[in-house]
Amino acid sequence: MNLDSKIPEGPLESKWSSHKFNMKLVNPANRRKYHVIVVGSGLAGGAAAASLAEQGYNVSCFCYQDSPRRAHSIAAQGGINAAKNYQNDGDSVKRLFYDTVKGGDYRAREANVYRLAEVSSDIIDQCVAQGVPFAREYGGYLANRSFGGAQVSRTFYARGQTGQQLLLGAYAALSKQIGLGKVKMYNRHEMLDVVKVDGHAKGIIVRNMISGEISKHAGDCVVLATGGYGNVFFLSTNAQGCNVTAAYRAHKRGAGFANPCYTQIHPTCIPVHGDQQSKLTLMSESLRNDGRVWAPKDKETAKQIREGKLNANDVPEDARDYFLERKYPSFGNLAPRDISSRAAKEVCDDGRGIATTGLGVFLDFRDAIARDGKHAIEERYGNLFEMYECITGDNPYETPMMIFPAVHYTMGGLWVDYNLESTIPGMFVGGEANFSDHGANRLGASALMQGLADGYFVLPYTVGNYLGEQGVAAAGQVTTDHPAFAEVEADVKGRIDKLMSINGTESPRSFHKRLGNIVWEKCGMARSKAGLEEAIQEIQALKKEFWENVRVVGDADSLNPELERAGRVADFLEFGELMCRDALMREESCGGHFRVEHQTDDGEAKRDDENFTFAGVWEYKGDETVPALHKEPLIYENVKLVTRSYK
Amino acid sequence: MCSLCSFFKSTIGRKILMALSGLVLVLFVLGHMLGNLQIFLGAEVINAYAHKLHHVLPSSGLWAIRLFLLGTVAVHIWTAISLTLDNRKARPQGYEHDKPIQASYGARTMRMSGVILLFFILFHIAHYTARVVPSMEYGEEGVLSETMVPLVKHGEVVMKEGEPIMTFNVNDMMVQGFDVWWVSVFYIIATGLLCLHLSHGFSSMFQSVGLRNTLWRKRLDQAALVYGWVVFLGFAVIPVACLTNILEVDPTGGAAEPVAAITETLHK
Amino acid sequence: MEKTMNLTLRVWRQKNRLDVGKFVEYKLENISEDSSFLEMLDILSEQLVEGGHEPVAFDHDCREGICGMCSMTINGVPHGPEGGITACQLHMRHFHDGQIITIEPWRAKPFPVIKDLVVDRTAMDKIIQAGGFITGRAGSAVDANAMPIDKQTADYAMDAAACIGCGACVAACPNASAMLFTAAKVAHMNSLPQGKAEKNRRSLAMVTTMDGEGFGGCTNIGECEAACPKGIPLDMIAQLNRDYALAQVKNFFQPVL
Repeated sequence: MNLDSKIPEGPLESKWSSHKFNMKLVNPANRRKYHVIVVGSGLAGGAAAASLAEQGYNVSCFCYQDSPRRAHSIAAQGGINAAKNYQNDGDSVKRLFYDTVKGGDYRAREANVYRLAEVSSDIIDQCVAQGVPFAREYGGYLANRSFGGAQVSRTFYARGQTGQQLLLGAYAALSKQIGLGKVKMYNRHEMLDVVKVDGHAKGIIVRNMISGEISKHAGDCVVLATGGYGNVFFLSTNAQGCNVTAAYRAHKRGAGFANPCYTQIHPTCIPVHGDQQSKLTLMSESLRNDGRVWAPKDKETAKQIREGKLNANDVPEDARDYFLERKYPSFGNLAPRDISSRAAKEVCDDGRGIATTGLGVFLDFRDAIARDGKHAIEERYGNLFEMYECITGDNPYETPMMIFPAVHYTMGGLWVDYNLESTIPGMFVGGEANFSDHGANRLGASALMQGLADGYFVLPYTVGNYLGEQGVAAAGQVTTDHPAFAEVEADVKGRIDKLMSINGTESPRSFHKRLGNIVWEKCGMARSKAGLEEAIQEIQALKKEFWENVRVVGDADSLNPELERAGRVADFLEFGELMCRDALMREESCGGHFRVEHQTDDGEAKRDDENFTFAGVWEYKGDETVPALHKEPLIYENVKLVTRSYK
Repeated sequence: MCSLCSFFKSTIGRKILMALSGLVLVLFVLGHMLGNLQIFLGAEVINAYAHKLHHVLPSSGLWAIRLFLLGTVAVHIWTAISLTLDNRKARPQGYEHDKPIQASYGARTMRMSGVILLFFILFHIAHYTARVVPSMEYGEEGVLSETMVPLVKHGEVVMKEGEPIMTFNVNDMMVQGFDVWWVSVFYIIATGLLCLHLSHGFSSMFQSVGLRNTLWRKRLDQAALVYGWVVFLGFAVIPVACLTNILEVDPTGGAAEPVAAITETLHK
Repeated sequence: MEKTMNLTLRVWRQKNRLDVGKFVEYKLENISEDSSFLEMLDILSEQLVEGGHEPVAFDHDCREGICGMCSMTINGVPHGPEGGITACQLHMRHFHDGQIITIEPWRAKPFPVIKDLVVDRTAMDKIIQAGGFITGRAGSAVDANAMPIDKQTADYAMDAAACIGCGACVAACPNASAMLFTAAKVAHMNSLPQGKAEKNRRSLAMVTTMDGEGFGGCTNIGECEAACPKGIPLDMIAQLNRDYALAQVKNFFQPVL
């Protein structure tokens, strides 16, 4: 597997501009001869499809939702970072770059992160031009806030719905191109495989989720922007439909999968209650600006709270452990996500957790309300408090909120080079689906930045470069008549037939739940060698059981949510194993990946820079064969690797 | 498509036409009510008012106004029918469990109140303007006794070229018309429905032409309610007064002596 | 300690677009009051699968009230009886033991039923495609702070832009009108200085498409506003009416389309 990262020569600051200069261009009149396939319509996919169409390429865009406006980017609440330095507080491209590399625990590729920081300003300009209603000050200029542990205020936001507004901006641009006929939109179509012709990605196989029809689509290249794989855990903050299928299918066709074990656990989610729950709800990280995180100091108090015998408000001050403030005095409640999550887990492991399950800690606004008044708190978090009350039935103005970490984002993804091209030539990967920019942990408000950077400002160049290299003579030459399409289509149909024919006794959802339990317990917030080895065994057994005993009711040629889920769970099962293998391989703790064997005496993550400063890239070798590991060394020329300290 | 056609074809365009025609009718109704209420000032005043309405413009002008009003009603009805048909088409299958969330009774029954009001208006015109309702023709036996009375001002008969100006005895027409109980009942019900229609329509008019926001919506809704009640009471008080004999016929049209006597004096 | 309830569901079942469809009754037991409404339907699905029946198809995705995918009329009210939330945010604690709950799909001609509770809402996308955008191709933007926008305008635009495109307004309107949806987008873009250049085109094109897709007209009764999970006010419709009228006047003298 060729892992040439194609990082341009030259100093960090000028890599992107010189690379852009060196790229092949396609004459505007020739662009209409090319056809680009974009899978996914979120920030990365929607923005890329719209931008490519604006440039003059013909685009087909696919999404599984009923409208491109519903991609899960829409759910991001907090904001988007940009090195605008509008607050005059010392921010710069270099600082954003540095913070992101450090936040990612030195497991991201320098050049990519620098480019991300560099284009971050253009994203804000672009979004404002599209009419994204960012928050503003009375003077009419854009407002910022500090977010997710940053020491500068660089986060732009639109109430608690930043992701929604940015996505609707991209959706509007995309809609314009659909209206003009430059983009052909395929709603409710799920990509089930990628087709390679002469080693290059030249098409995809999709299923029309309404009619069940399997169809072939050919193009000059394929862009995957299919999001993350957080739903491998069953319970996550992801949307119900989020899945790894497109990325995993591409992986099986030769795309390297990088760092699957890097998953982000977000500290402020509403704790699980009961066993009927289908998803976890995130409460914005901004709550930690005013809320204080605590748990009772002793187990007995915690037990009484769990059993409802004691009200949290009656716990005296000296019986409370404000553990983030205690452990990380300088960052306090604003410590980064991975650190805060793990601290909460430790407290619960210690038997001091609250909520009925014992898996929760308090996020208390009592002091903030006393300090700033209820009105001020309502101004800042009113909608979040309402949302909390709507879900739990508790009023956070009166009783402290309960929170617990939950899977939120996945930093791992398909390996891509500097051009966002995967190890399959002609297959580009953007947004959460790729692995590139966040390393082992993502900072708050960076996901939106990366998705839009890829979609608006990177892919439109690098895809053009690829098409230019292919030459105009090759444009549109591959059609679905090529035998490779029929071959892959037969595979896809065979798989569906197999799923439909097993006719076992257990529902796909049930398998999904069981898989989620295994990976959450053994490949979640804390991982151990023994646990991971067990998990691999268990997942293999579960996979076997799945293919023998899954029951898919309904039929394949109509809308069938059970069949959709079965297909996705089948891929999650294989992917879950890969994730555990990666976690097992990475004998260190870094960012969202915490191996209990590798921690300091006071329980902090311990990196092993000497042996693990690389991206672990897995190559698929067959269903029954162990995947092969390849390493892309991460070379730090501009940043010195230090131990992250938030104390 | 020509821009006017597209305007008339659009739902918003038709709705704006409905609002504008509604505005004309709202103003007409107010004027009509204020005019009618003059009956309480005596036959002299109401008859003089009626005379003025008929003679201030040449008859072509009068007809122009009448046609304008009829045209307005026609536009109001056309937009209502065509929008209703389109709206029905947009929901071919209804809900089984179909209850409004908050819409007021008035808002939900605009079509019903509108249709009944249309029938009322037709009857009302036939009754008092065209005077062709069988057995209630003006001057027919048993209904109204006198056709014309002299125009009276400050208790004196108004003379022109040595002759008294004769005018229609609107006072008696109204009083005797409302003395028929079912006419009064129909009238009161219809003005009640008008109140209902206006309670939504008055404020809705501003919405349709885009002159309303959340703040003004509350105010306009209240104003609509007040306006509806004012119109209802203003109109309904007359038949009530007739039925309770507060208002009575005045065959002299407000003059001190019967018409016959005056004419006689003059001819002597 | 967890309270549970037994329920009777009357759910609209329709195999496909051509099928006539009918209500089918299901009994559910021991539903936790902490469950969300869609989790309750998940349980029904599992129960049906266990018996070898096809589960009830319904649209859903984010389950946190923002994607706008979930769409069902619960006891006659789109997204259910609690105001200001989507069906996925509705929790069972708002229902009581023994209750009969009727669940129907959005009903509107432009929203044909695909299956059970799933309807096709592409008509709404088409309205946006007609003009619900501010043309600003990637790369052409000036600095974000080059054009100050007063806070009131920005807040108003945000109020309008909060629309999630779920279609509850259409479902709630007795005329199946998409005015609130269209108006929200028009109000968002027409009120911002960036959107002024295309204001008249946008108003005309979006309304023409809206009418063309078969949505009904607005009768100003406010059911849409009451059903809207994001509280989009009727103000927006007033603005659409105004902007449309002005655009038509302008178009009459100097065609803009």
